[in-house]
Amino acid sequence: MSIVFYLLAALTLVGGLASVTLKNTVHCALALTVAFAGLALLFLTLDAQFAGFAQILVYVGAVAILVVFAILLTRGHEIPIDGVFSRTWIVGLVIAAGVFAVLGWAVLASVHALPNELAVPVVTVHDIGNALVGHYVLPLEIVALLLTAATIGAVMVALHEKEGAKQ
Amino acid sequence: MTPLASYLLVAALLFSIGLAGALTRRNAILVLIGIELMLNAANLNLIAFWRYGPNPEALTGMMFAIFSIAVAAAEAAVGLGLVIAIYRSAHTTDLEQINRMKG
Repeated sequence: MSIVFYLLAALTLVGGLASVTLKNTVHCALALTVAFAGLALLFLTLDAQFAGFAQILVYVGAVAILVVFAILLTRGHEIPIDGVFSRTWIVGLVIAAGVFAVLGWAVLASVHALPNELAVPVVTVHDIGNALVGHYVLPLEIVALLLTAATIGAVMVALHEKEGAKQ
Repeated sequence: MTPLASYLLVAALLFSIGLAGALTRRNAILVLIGIELMLNAANLNLIAFWRYGPNPEALTGMMFAIFSIAVAAAEAAVGLGLVIAIYRSAHTTDLEQINRMKG
């Protein structure tokens, strides 16, 4: 594996770790953005240019901004006095460590070299567009419907409730 | 170690970090951040399998990852909208204080 992979993997993992451990939630959102950008660069090293740039547009561009908005709207940037971790944090940590042990064991025990380790796939954005409106047109339409419904749903849920609607 | 195994290990580690965050943090927004990290780790797996799999021209793994990104964006929008709605009625995002479903 090249040095680039190790650098990007370290960047992604440090960003991810920081985004769940830092005390200040605004710093968490910043670290989350670093992790998303690192993942997009990892996609690029895997010759998946379209997915990499979609990752940057959707996650670094939109989801990170949404998270910052939510943090500031809910005054989440004020650090609570009684700690940022739940009372049962040790259980969560044990479960996560167990899951990682199982996944790591499965990866190390089962992966053999696949036939395509060296050949670089030649896939252009043109091919992806053709596949999206050809073979995958039904999922594309369903995702469009889902995004519309999610937008309307998010607005409805977060709308101010009218006076008198209570009680 | 093969390249595929290294990518899968990174994804497994990222998934576990996200799971640990979702299970240990008190702030609802941080729990959502953990879930986003887990979804991203799954996307990395899909792309890695697409790249090193036997038939990358079929674009199956790539398409799965792209649709997964779209669905995760919808999930983030609805999740954060829910957090804001809960904050408006409960005046906190601390999950240990949100212990009733009545508004």
